[in-house]
Amino acid sequence: MKNPLDSLGKTVALGFALTVVVVALIHAIGAV
Amino acid sequence: MGYGSIEWWAFFFRWIHIMSGIMWIGHLWYFNFTQAPTVPKIPLELRPGVTKFILPEALFWFRWSALATIVSGLVTAGLLGELLPALIVGIGEKSAHVTAIGFGMWLGSVMAFNVWFVIWPNQKKVLGLVAADDDAKKKAGRTAFLFSRINTVLSVPMLYCMASIHFY
Repeated sequence: MKNPLDSLGKTVALGFALTVVVVALIHAIGAV
Repeated sequence: MGYGSIEWWAFFFRWIHIMSGIMWIGHLWYFNFTQAPTVPKIPLELRPGVTKFILPEALFWFRWSALATIVSGLVTAGLLGELLPALIVGIGEKSAHVTAIGFGMWLGSVMAFNVWFVIWPNQKKVLGLVAADDDAKKKAGRTAFLFSRINTVLSVPMLYCMASIHFY
């Protein structure tokens, strides 16, 4: 199976997906 | 806010932090968005122009600006009294601001660790600065590439955290 990190587009998409997770954690821990 | 006050020094180190951070992430994105996709298209006889001249210089500014970013960021957070709460990502603080800066700090710290302890040692093998046979060089190049990609992934939420602290 090809590593998704070989694709620049998938790398950037993973970055945005991880951002969504981080925002959810900021809301959960930071009690927004 | 007077010149020389704690707030001024916090601003001063944030200024250093932003400049060195731009240099660091600018080089990271140059490696991933420009160099990595382009080098395979360069004729073999011209590639040493990149690998022997541009890459060593770029890696120098890349790794030292990463260190400068971490140090100036830690000093800024310390001066603002946010260092320890941010290290525990604001757990118990009920402050999205501290949680955001905490996640940004940890993401940036993992990235800087990758630069100094994974990417740079492997690039030294690729560049021939430490002894390695062809197989080891190929493997080192692949490892450095993948961790550079991981840092590009991490840079997106890290910059969200850094840029959003005035929103939270």
